[in-house]
Amino acid sequence: MTDPALRVENLSKSFGALKASNDISLDLRPGEIHALIGPNGAGKSTLIKQISGSLKPDTGRIEALGRDITALDTVARARLGLGRTFQISSLAMEFSVLQNVVLGALGARGKAYGLFRNVMKDKALLTTAQEALKRVGLQEAAQQRTSDLSHGQRRQLEVAVALTLKPRLFLMDEPMAGLGASGSKDLTAFLDSLRQEAPILLVEHDMDAVFALADRISVLVYGEVIATGSADEIRNNPEVRRAYLGEEDLA
Amino acid sequence: MALLLVPLMAWKMDEPFLITLATKVTILALAGVGLNIALGLGGLVSLGHAAFFGIGGYAMGILASHAQNYEPLFSWPFLFEGSNQMPLIWLVAVLASAAAALVIGALSLRTSGVYFIMITLAFGQMLYYFTISWSAYGGEDGLSIWVRNEMPGVNTLDPIQFFAVTFVILCLTLWFAARVAQSAFGLALSAARQSEERVETVGLAPFKLRLIAFVISGAITGLAGALFADLNRFVSPTMLSWHTSGEIMIFVILGGVGRLYGPVVGAAVYILLEHLLGGISEYWQIFLGLLLLGMVLFARGGLIGALLGREVAHD
Repeated sequence: MTDPALRVENLSKSFGALKASNDISLDLRPGEIHALIGPNGAGKSTLIKQISGSLKPDTGRIEALGRDITALDTVARARLGLGRTFQISSLAMEFSVLQNVVLGALGARGKAYGLFRNVMKDKALLTTAQEALKRVGLQEAAQQRTSDLSHGQRRQLEVAVALTLKPRLFLMDEPMAGLGASGSKDLTAFLDSLRQEAPILLVEHDMDAVFALADRISVLVYGEVIATGSADEIRNNPEVRRAYLGEEDLA
Repeated sequence: MALLLVPLMAWKMDEPFLITLATKVTILALAGVGLNIALGLGGLVSLGHAAFFGIGGYAMGILASHAQNYEPLFSWPFLFEGSNQMPLIWLVAVLASAAAALVIGALSLRTSGVYFIMITLAFGQMLYYFTISWSAYGGEDGLSIWVRNEMPGVNTLDPIQFFAVTFVILCLTLWFAARVAQSAFGLALSAARQSEERVETVGLAPFKLRLIAFVISGAITGLAGALFADLNRFVSPTMLSWHTSGEIMIFVILGGVGRLYGPVVGAAVYILLEHLLGGISEYWQIFLGLLLLGMVLFARGGLIGALLGREVAHD
């Protein structure tokens, strides 16, 4: 078997007496979508933050693309090829949609110290940016101000910015949130094709999307991974049913 | 542009005082353009820009005083003489204030928000008290220069010619600031102001971007300081006091934060008010305060924003 794109080993993080991550181990294999589910407050976002680098774990190590990245900061991890989308959009709201994607393309280039040339006339950057917008279906909105976008469009833009980085693995924190039925169906189809490009660690509340997409699912409860397995295994796992899926109808 | 028309009219009508007033506006606007790169583009609320303004001023004062006394500044490791040549003075002013901005920025940019304001203020006050106690160059009394410094091809003693020099510098700097605002660096810096997380996630380091912006900003304000000292033929610790920092910031806020011409409009209005209201009442700053309050409450984009609407700055 090939090496995993991402390997988290025995990761722990506490805030005072609260164990937000308790000895978490999981991995992400090339070409797969690995979904991370769990009730609110289970520590999903805390885990994503530790993987992306904005939060330091207390113990444990994180390995990505064959390197130990535990000590690297967010910037270095992004350069290495971690593409992240946020649960709460963190776009530059004053910018146009296109400017946001160009910023991503600029980041992929790795330096932004040109002082004189008009960045919005840089052919190479624009091409990358427009391709990314097209892939998520936002090319029509390129000139709109980002703060004027609908919630769903902002989610699409988040994904587009991540695409411009040509990441080697994706961390997506609830990309479907607030998308509506048709929007999340479109994004589901898109993520399905995206996994060939780079594997995705997907935090998601939309269970239809999770069961449609995920090759494997890990269930996080109170900071611990209580089960990892295929969609069927998770569906039929009694512990998971009790802890999380409980009363939901899963037929 | 009125800033060009007023001094030309004044020149025709032989009103040197008005020309001097316009020169003052031009120079202070230049200082504001400098601050605006940090404040408007980078979102860095620096209350220590008087330090760079003063360093520029003292660069001029020290070089010129050595030149007029025919004493070299130092003779080891190489002979360094004073100078009364503006281009050299400007170069020294820019380099010295850029170096200071590099040090101050590297230390204060590790903080943000109110801590950043306080730490830049603290550095500014530190240099202010240093110049007060620096008796070799006048201490509290400051340093006078008998004759305005020279520039090849220009008679700087003629008010309109000196105005022209400052005006050209302001125009070049505005052009530079406009280029920076739409450059790759400007885009990344502006994004870092709006969302630090976003910039980190695309693999760019906000700290580096901000430090570069702070250095450019400090260097421009330092150049303005050298010109200001030359306008008055005098440099004193007042240039470094936090009032000066506040004034430069008022120019920017009054005109419109992040607007290319914001500091120019702001400085013009401020000096005009100082001149007109100052004649009516000693307490003219009360009215300025009211205006500023009105600006902040009702017209967040400053005067330019109020006149032109709220389109994104730097077009």
